Formats: sequence, C-alpha cells, structure tokens
Amino acid sequence: MNIASVEPYVTEDGRTIGGVLMELKHITLRFGGVVAIKDISFDIREGEIRAIIGPNGAGKSSMLNVISGFYTPSEGEVWFEGRKRPQMRPYQVAQQGIARTFQNIALFSGMSTLDNIMTGRITRMKSGLFSQAMWWGKAQREESEHRAAVEKIIDFLEIQHIRKTPVGRLPYGLQKRVELGRALAAEPRLLLLDEPMAGMNVEEKEDMSRFILDVNDEFGTTIVLIEHDMGVVMDLSDRVVVMDYGKKIGDGPPDEVRANPEVIAAYLGVSHD
Amino acid sequence: MAPRGASTDELCSIPAYLARNVRQYGDKPAYREKEFGIWQCWTWAEANDEIRATAMGLLALGIERGEYVAVIGRNRPAHYWAMVAAQMCGAIPVPLYQDAVAEEMAYVLDHCGARFVVCGDQEQVDKVIEVQDRVHQIEHVLYNDNRGMRKYDHTHLNWLKDIEEEGRVAHARLEPELERRIAELTWDSTCVMLYTSGTTGKPKGVVLSNRNIIETAKASVAFDNLGQDEEVLAYLPMAWVGDFIFSIGQAMVAGFCVNCPESPDTMMTDLREIGPTYFFAPPRIFETMLTNVMIRMEDAGDLKHALFHHFMEFAKGTGETYGMPRYRRQQSRPTLRRRARWIYRYAMGIGFAVETIVENAVRGFFVRLRHPIEARKYFKARGPLLNLYPQPLRDYFEYRTGDVLVYGPLKNTLGLSRIRVAYTAGEAIGPEIFDFYRSLGINLKQLYGQTEASVFITQQPDGQVRSDTVGVPSPGVEVKIAENGEVFYRSPGTFVEYYKNAESTASTKDPEGWVATGDAGFFEEGTGHLRIIDRAKDVGKMADGRLFAPKYVENKLKFYPDILEAVVFGAGREMCTAFINIDLTAVGNWAERNNIAYASYQELAGHPRVLDTIQAHVEEVNRSVAEDPMLSGCQIHRFLILHKELDADDGELTRTRKVRRNIIAEKFGDLVTALYDGSDSVYTETEVTYEDGRKGKIRATLQIRDAKVKAPTQAGQVAA
Repeated sequence: MNIASVEPYVTEDGRTIGGVLMELKHITLRFGGVVAIKDISFDIREGEIRAIIGPNGAGKSSMLNVISGFYTPSEGEVWFEGRKRPQMRPYQVAQQGIARTFQNIALFSGMSTLDNIMTGRITRMKSGLFSQAMWWGKAQREESEHRAAVEKIIDFLEIQHIRKTPVGRLPYGLQKRVELGRALAAEPRLLLLDEPMAGMNVEEKEDMSRFILDVNDEFGTTIVLIEHDMGVVMDLSDRVVVMDYGKKIGDGPPDEVRANPEVIAAYLGVSHD
Repeated sequence: MAPRGASTDELCSIPAYLARNVRQYGDKPAYREKEFGIWQCWTWAEANDEIRATAMGLLALGIERGEYVAVIGRNRPAHYWAMVAAQMCGAIPVPLYQDAVAEEMAYVLDHCGARFVVCGDQEQVDKVIEVQDRVHQIEHVLYNDNRGMRKYDHTHLNWLKDIEEEGRVAHARLEPELERRIAELTWDSTCVMLYTSGTTGKPKGVVLSNRNIIETAKASVAFDNLGQDEEVLAYLPMAWVGDFIFSIGQAMVAGFCVNCPESPDTMMTDLREIGPTYFFAPPRIFETMLTNVMIRMEDAGDLKHALFHHFMEFAKGTGETYGMPRYRRQQSRPTLRRRARWIYRYAMGIGFAVETIVENAVRGFFVRLRHPIEARKYFKARGPLLNLYPQPLRDYFEYRTGDVLVYGPLKNTLGLSRIRVAYTAGEAIGPEIFDFYRSLGINLKQLYGQTEASVFITQQPDGQVRSDTVGVPSPGVEVKIAENGEVFYRSPGTFVEYYKNAESTASTKDPEGWVATGDAGFFEEGTGHLRIIDRAKDVGKMADGRLFAPKYVENKLKFYPDILEAVVFGAGREMCTAFINIDLTAVGNWAERNNIAYASYQELAGHPRVLDTIQAHVEEVNRSVAEDPMLSGCQIHRFLILHKELDADDGELTRTRKVRRNIIAEKFGDLVTALYDGSDSVYTETEVTYEDGRKGKIRATLQIRDAKVKAPTQAGQVAA
C-alpha cells in the first residue's frame, strides 16, 4: 500500500478507505521545558483504523489530546476535514465531531448506563439550558429522539441488561463498553480510543475488538486507538504509527511496522556492547 | 385404547389455529419483544402477515413438502414465525439449541438433512458455515439479525427481511400454492421434530405430529383454564419441547400472548415488566431467584430483616390457605344477578366480621368489669386484645398485613405478582424452595413429562399440590407401573417415532402405544399421586446388595443453596462417595461476609472453611438418609469439592443441565479412584472448553474429606 496516495481504495475485507480526514503537520508539543512531541507528521484517512503505539511515556496520549483539540500544539498545524484548525474553546472541541474514551475511565459513576450515554448526546441537543432544566417544550420533544439513538447504541453494544444500573457498580470491562457507548452517542466522524483494552482479560478483549471492528464497519467511523497489546493492534488496525520519546519512529501497515528494526529496538531494547 | 384421534375438529394444524386466532382475536396482542428499550407488539393479524410473507419467501426459494428446516436462535418472534411459516409450506421445523458448539450442531443438521437453516445472528451463521463442509446438503442459510453480516458472501445467505420482501412482492403468484399446502396439513402430518438432549449417547429426533401437539395443548389449556388474556414469557431454549408446547402449542390454541425478552441477560427485568400470568421454570431458576432474595435480605436493614423473617415464618403455615389466587376464572362476563349475589355475600361477610369483632370487644369489656382479677390473668395469658378474635380471622388479617408489607412487594420484585399458574419440572425441587413460593401465594405446581409425551404425563391439579409428588395423570394420559417400578404411559401426545431410528423407537414404544419413561416411581395410596424415585437405570445395588438411588441423595444435597450440583457414586461398591459443585453466588457471598479472600472458583472451592460447611451439609443429609431403612446404604462416606463447575460445553451436563453420570465418572476417573483408595488429597488435570470452543487445562490438588455416617434407624429404637 502506498501511503502517499490519497485515492480511495477497498481493503481486503471489503471496507472502503477514503481520502485524508485529518492531517498533522510537524507537530511539536512542549510543556515548559519538557518536549512531549517532537516534529511528528502523519495523516488519518476516512474510514480507517489507525493505531498509535509506543512504550510508556512516548507521548501517545499527548498525541491523542492534540488530535482531539484539547491541547494546542506549540508548533505545527492540524488539518481536519480539509481546513486548518484554529485554536478552539472547549465547547468547540466538543462540537467538531471528534469523540474519545479515556485511559482511566471517566464516567459519572453515580449515574445509570443510560444516563451516561445520554450525556454523549448533549452536543446534539438543541433545546436550551432552561427548557432542559424545566423539562418543558423542546427538551421534552427532543428527549425521545435522543433516547432512540441511545437505545440503538445500547443494542449495538449488547448492554441492555445494565441499562438502569449505576455504572459505579459495573465491572471494569463493562464500564469500558459504556464509555465507548457514550463516545458513539455523539455520532463522531473520528473516534479516539485511549487504551480501550487495558486491564481486560482475553475474553473481554475479544469482545472489545469485535465492537471496534463493528463500529468501524457499521457506522463507517474513523478510529484512532492507542493500545499496548500488540496482537490486538496488528489484527485491528490498517495503519500504525510508532512513537518513542516523542518522536515518530515508524509509520505504515502492521506487517511493515513489525519488521521495522527501530520499532523492535524501542520495544525490546538493544544490547549496547 | 387411549382416546386417540378423539378430536374431529377441522383445526388440525398450527397454521389453521393461526387463521382462527386472526379471525377471533385479530387485534389482540400475539407477540411482544423488547427492543431498543421498548416492548414492540404484534397483533395476531400483524403476526399473520409476517408469517405468511416469510412462508411465501420460503416458497420462492423452493422449499419442498416434508423437508426439514433447522431454526437456531434465542427466543424471538421472528424465529417462532419462521417455524410456523415452515409448517405452512408443509415443511417441518427443527429447533436446535443455540448454545450448542459447532460439533453438536453438525450431528443434528446432518441427521435431519435440513436444506434450510434459519439462524438468529452472526454467531449462529458462523457456526453453520463452519460445519457446512461436513454437512453438504445445507443450501440456504437465513438470518434474522443483520448486524455484522454485510461482508459475508450472500450467494446462499439471505436476510429474513429480504426473503419476506420477496414473498410479499411475489404474493400473487405464491398465494394459491401456499393455500394449497396449508390445506394439505392433516392430523398426522408432522408438526415439529425435536432433538432430545441426550443424557446418554447421541441426541434422537423425536417426531411429533399435529395430533400430538394440538391434543396435548388443548387438554392442558383446559386443565388450567388458560384463557386468551394469559401472558407468558418465552425464555427457555426453543429446542426444548416445553417451549414449543407453551409458546406455540398452547399459545396458538388458547390465543394468548408470547413475550420475548430483550436479551438472555435481561430475563429477570423483563419478567418483572411483563408480569406473566402463566409461567414455567425449571427448579434451578426458582432456586436462583430464592438465593438472590436471601442474599439481598442479608444486606437489608434490621427492621426489614426482622419483618421479612417474621412474615415468611408466618406464611409457612398460612400461605396455602389465605394466599392462593382464586383458581377458577369466571367463564364469561358476570350477569347482574351474579354481581348482586357477590355484593350480598361480601356485605354479609363484612357484616359478620364486624359483628364478631364488636361482640368480642363488648363481651371482653363486660368480662373485665365483672371479673377484673380473673380477666387480667386470663388476658395476660392470652396476649393482646386481638387474641379475642378467632384464630382464622387473626391469621387472615396477619396474612393480609404481610401481603402489604412483604409478600406483595417481594412478588412484584420477582415479577410473579400476576401468576395464576406456574409450573416447575425437569428435576426435583427442594421442599423449602417449593414451600417458599407457595407460601407467598404463588400457585406453583409440579408436572412430570418428557419430549416423547409432548411434555405432559402427570401434573398437579389446583388444591392438590405437594412438593414430593408430581401429580395425577394429565387428562387423556394413561399411566402404569411395570413390575420393576418403571413408569409407562400412553396418551394422544405420544410421539410418532424417533427419526431414522426404528430400533430405538421399537425399544421405547411398544405396539400398543405404551412408552417407557426410564424413570422408576410408584403411585401413592389414597391420593393417586405419582412419585418418582430415580432414573430406572441409575437405581442399582451396592456391593452388599443394598439399594443405591443416587438421584435421591443428590437432590437432598442440592437443596442446600451452597451446593449447585452433586454426583454420587456407589453402584457395585462398598460405600457411597460424592463429587460436589459449590454455588459461586451463595458461597461467594458467604465468603465476602466472612472476610475470606478468593481469586477464582477453584480457590474458593478448595478453601478449608468451605469444605467444613459442605461437610456439615453432607452429614446432615446422611442423618436424613439414614431415617429411610431402605436407602440408608446411600449415606456418603467420602466426598470432594470439584475444582471446576460442571458444564454442558465440556459434555458433563446435557444442554438442559442434567448430570451425565457416566461421562463424569469416566472423565474424572482419577478422582473416583482417590475417593475409594483412602487418600487425603489428589492431584488432577482437567481439560476445559471455553465458550468459543477453544480448550485449556486446569490443574488442582483436591482435598478429600470423610463424612460421619449413621447406622440405620430401626423402627422403635435409636441406633448409635
């Protein structure tokens, strides 16, 4: 596969990968004197599953935050949907069609699964704060529409049995699924998953992989994921970016990346003798 | 001869009943399913539309008369419709167990030679595709849920909705053919073929005719006065005969509504939302429900705890009298005269009650006046003022109070508030569990049946319900006991044959139509109720000639909430020994309460304090077994707790969760040896199959414990 080409093509399993959805050009991110990301460029294409891997502290999560717009890069440009992205206010970040899940689960633990996923719809709600608080007028009419969308997601993720359970009482694997559900509720064009399978057992990982593939397949959502389990990454993703100490050391299809000596060195270490 | 073919009704097939229901109850709900958080409903007329469209779709695909259509999936209206649609086309539905692994499925698909397979979802389609290279005759695979199916090769794969659409488009061409095929169905055409779960050997295909299913459904509907407004929850495997009789046979005959749960995990919530009036569950479900209630009561506050225990204790003796719903439903709308009579009776009743209360109060007052000292002594002895009223009245009031405070809310939580008739069957149910539900005022009854009889052999009539019998022969069923104690029956529901297995048919069903059940039992004198002791072939002799009835002891053990499963050995041996499976929910909760940390089932099962508890249970069972002189040899001398749960995926249980004794004895041969050679512990390795079909190994060292046994109690004297 030639990465430079931006012509749409069809993968082996029948998915269509479109043009460039997001392009990151020479991104550098500094926190005071610490350089988290050093001059990284890569692109994300419509409909693909893009993985970012690398050892601890490589700057993966920072990269995800740059993509989501939560961090503004110190240098470099982010092009999203063909436009250069300016610095954004938090609400603009939420409205641009990028949703994410977090490495350490960030759900409202006292609220039910249903309500948690419902919060994902907030950017799509048109009624004002007042009518929502009063449960009157537009808010009331809108509710059933949003509920229907949320129920589709609940059905999709097979979490009907915990619809009314407070998420704080759920096991870890299910909480992760609820978080994915909340991200999906925003109907994003780009979905960012920060270690969706950390701390899961084999069976839960298999389920999660299935869901990620299904999301990509059914909704055509572009997915960027960070993951440590190499088996999962290699199976799921179309292209992989490898980072180490804030630098990009590899980029390409899984097989190519796996054979890259620099990547092997970063993961397994090299003998200095 | 049994009243075979007694019915000359023109309604002789399920499609004929469907047509009648559309005429009579067209706009009444026929099917409900919860989807996207809402109960979706189809009336009889709507369901009929769907079924006919599916049937015409099948015709368009070229379905032939008399061929078999396999249906694999969980309980969903579309799957029931596919079965009826197949019947309309003159084909025979064969529902399969959806949790069967590909291997098991291959055998059945191959045996019945199905060209058409209807699958619930991607998982089932995958399994069918996996076995397709061995089972060549499969031509068309249809699926209901299209999720994840887009990338599949659709040359022989079709979405049910597409098929329906095709049928609707071509209806002008296909309608006459469909009508012709429906009209061809007779009493003797096959209604359904069901595979037995196979406690021993390969599953056998039981062929049931329209006569079997419809006669049985009619008789059982009449037996319990089931009406059109009944609600049932369809959640038991579709491949099981019970589900076919309840959700298709009786539902079609009585015209009631079948509700399908949202997903297997939501069954309890859905049960509560629907509040069925007619309910069937194996004892295991009732056990689980009770265990959950008890665990949650342990966590409740002191007041609730006290209330619960007081009223449950009270209900034990009184629930049967004051709690039961009125058994007989009114046949028609009450006339004015009947209403007037009710009002008169109620008024008289209330008047009488008030009179009694007032009279007692007044009399009490004068007694106190006239004989103050004696009266004080007397009332002190009898307790509070309420004691003045007659016992039944007091019990009635207390039960009603309990109903408001405890029984009602509890039944509501369990989803059993509206139950008129509930059945349990398949295994013996613990008397405590049975009494618990009865005392709440739930009309839980037992029945005895099997696939070959279209379920019903015996059942308990209202008002004659006990935990230790399985009731009297069902209407139209004759039952006899052979000399060796084996139960035989003959009925209109008796199966036609085992498919492609004349040998087994001949050995099970004699020319006069008597069928051997394989269970040993006897009729109780006086009441005429049947009691089942054990599987006839499991009842054996021990080395010294004493009677060995493993199931009898296992059931006693399983009545403890801590024990999920037990397997007793001892045929031809000196003494009895047992494998025990603990119940992770109950024991896990106990462990939490006692600060016992555990990481896995295996670790908990091997904990010394768990062993102590189980040992206490075993010894209690031994004491109770010793009371029966005939069976006192079955006391358990040694036992161990298994390191893994017995599982159908590993072949240790049948899909209906019955213990496969021989396979277990063979598989855990090393453990059985250790039980008899006197060692204290044994090291073992066991192969396990995961849900996705992969295999793994568990290693464990198991402790073996000796349990105290008691010499048999002789009549009139107590042995040491």
